[in-house]
Amino acid sequence: MSLAAPASAAAAPAAVPATAAPPTLEVRGLRTHFFTRAGVVKAVDDVSFTVRKGKIMGLVGESGSGKTVTGFSVIGLVDPPGRIVDGEILFHGQNLARLSEEEMRKLRGNRIAMIFQDPMMTLNPVLRVDTQMIETVLAHEKVDKETARQRARDALGQVGIPSPDERLKSYPHQFSGGMRQRVAIAIALLHKPELIIADEPTTALDVTIQGQILFEVQKLCRDSGTSLMWITHDLSVVAGLADDICVMYAGRVVEKGTVDEVLDRPLHPYTRGLIGSVPSRNVRGKPLVQIPGMTPSLLNLPRGCAFRSRCPRADDACMSEPAITEPLPGREIRCVHPHLEGAA
Amino acid sequence: MTVYLIRRLMQSVLVVWVMSLIVFLGVFAIGDPVEILIAPDADQIERERAIIALGLDKPLWEQYFIFVQNALRGDLGRSFVFNEPALRLILQRMPATLELAITATLFAVVIGIPLGLLAGLKPNAWYSRTIMAGSILGFSLPSFWVGLMLIMVFAVQLGWLPSTGRGETAMLGGIQWSFLTVNGLRHLVMPALNLSFFKVSLAIRLTRSGVRETILQDYVKFARAKGLSPTRVIGVHVLKNIMIPVVTVMGLELGSTIAFAVVTESVFAWPGMGKLIIDSIYVLDRPVIVAYLMIIVFMFIIINLVVDLTYSFLDPRVRLGESKA
Ligand SMILES: Nc1ncnc2c1ncn2[C@@H]1O[C@H](COP(=O)(O)OP(=O)(O)OP(=O)(O)O)[C@@H](O)[C@H]1O
Ligand code: SF4
Ligand SMILES: [Mg+2]
Repeated sequence: MSLAAPASAAAAPAAVPATAAPPTLEVRGLRTHFFTRAGVVKAVDDVSFTVRKGKIMGLVGESGSGKTVTGFSVIGLVDPPGRIVDGEILFHGQNLARLSEEEMRKLRGNRIAMIFQDPMMTLNPVLRVDTQMIETVLAHEKVDKETARQRARDALGQVGIPSPDERLKSYPHQFSGGMRQRVAIAIALLHKPELIIADEPTTALDVTIQGQILFEVQKLCRDSGTSLMWITHDLSVVAGLADDICVMYAGRVVEKGTVDEVLDRPLHPYTRGLIGSVPSRNVRGKPLVQIPGMTPSLLNLPRGCAFRSRCPRADDACMSEPAITEPLPGREIRCVHPHLEGAA
Repeated sequence: MTVYLIRRLMQSVLVVWVMSLIVFLGVFAIGDPVEILIAPDADQIERERAIIALGLDKPLWEQYFIFVQNALRGDLGRSFVFNEPALRLILQRMPATLELAITATLFAVVIGIPLGLLAGLKPNAWYSRTIMAGSILGFSLPSFWVGLMLIMVFAVQLGWLPSTGRGETAMLGGIQWSFLTVNGLRHLVMPALNLSFFKVSLAIRLTRSGVRETILQDYVKFARAKGLSPTRVIGVHVLKNIMIPVVTVMGLELGSTIAFAVVTESVFAWPGMGKLIIDSIYVLDRPVIVAYLMIIVFMFIIINLVVDLTYSFLDPRVRLGESKA
């Protein structure tokens, strides 16, 4: 953090080129497979992306595309029968895939934090909120309990929980869903992590609360220089929140780039389909276009491009696995017939 | 909370009343104590006198009415055999049984929970399979047979442990206890172990299935994502959750352990309530049988109440009175 601070902290975010600060996280060729009785599920298969320092990277894809497994791979919580079989997870240049479990534990919740999808399930129902927060502080720092409690209280205040002193003594069931997610976020913030992996943290909440939390998270990242990997299937969330985007389909990255570029001009047929299926104010009254068909089973993916059976552009060329190409500068896609027509 | 307790109390009174009816009628149905108690060569007059003395000449409803009247004054009748108040007779034997049942439950917790934890965390390891196979034996082997085997191995062949009686006792709170002396403890180990077999198996199964279920929960993964040590994750986040069903069942089991210590007490000649009831059934000592059964009913009610209170203490989501009152 401190190394790059003078260069980037003061600079206007948009003016800094992508290469100015070394990335917080760089994932290269990640493969995480599940060795089930029915066969090998290639939940994550050759995934590469970068999370820039102090930026928000949106990881988008349909249900089952491997977003959560990617998140768990980064934080080292893939459980058997799953295993990272290949790839590098470079966190400030250090390959996390090679760390021991104990070294990884020291990073977790400390320098890398994760927020889960369902706030109703992430807090232990039989432990008080203060217990669950204080133990997190004590797991990584040798401080006395009172200091830890202080930290917990401050973190609750930071995420906008009123009268944090009282709330600390409550049990999770005494909180609403939105409040619980704030508690989870507060826990994630306790050690001022350099990277937060947020796995659809607002999907289970109603829209107003969702908006508040998105706003606060964005602000926190900007203020503290934290990098964020925001997992969602909701493109409109990514549009308003993220700097970069990475679109996953059936365990693979199919398109990535900056949010503005990708959303303004999607090159991959799948990304196009996703954008077409999002309700938006500009196109009110226009029927939404659904992507036909369903996500194929990861157990027996069709040969070649996994999107083939649903793609309007598919032809014989798609029968072999498309490689990653960079048809425009800074735009990587995995498709043999990208939407390049009408290029400027 | 108070409202809850009052409601529970009223339910309990109802249960006790219904049980007293059932018990009284049931015991009445199983035979005529006069046949057993009176010498076969007694003449008609002696017979009549005995029947009147025992109050058996009155109609059943009147006998029941007298029984209830006396019971409300704390008098559950006099033993036909010992000519002592039945209640006192049973209460004298109670500490021995309580001691046995509680030690057995303790064994179940101390042995069963760690083994269940092991089996739940590594379900495919050889030791987990061994533990689970063992628990099936614990469920299915008959208690008296296991008791005899224990005696054969540890008392007869190895000569390590005594096989009958309570051994030396020491006084605490006006009651004699075996667990206070070394000799008494040696006497206690085998019967308690025998009585705990079923419960150890139960604790293993409950703990194991609890662990298997709990470690898949999001909050356990989240606890790991916070960077907690495995010891803390298992010892606090997992264990605290599975303690709820385990404590409930173990607590409820305490009642049936006390009630069904009969077999173990007979095998090991342990002078508890169970042995007393068996002896009393042989001679159809009605007041003792009725009093025993009523005490067991009371005990179940109290244990259930205590378990419910503990439950609400362990699980913050259950606050008695808030939701139920
Ligand atoms: N423990 C497991 N065993 C076998 N397969 C698994 C396991 N966990 C995940 N998978 C598979 O990995 C694939 C990706 O799952 P993942 O949870 O990452 O999807 P996702 O993109 O997060 O979807 P969602 O939006 O529904 O959360 C799924 O097809 C799933 O079946
Ligand atoms: S490779 Fe072919 S099938 Fe796959 S997305 Fe591109 S055009 Fe469609
Ligand atoms: Mg997911």
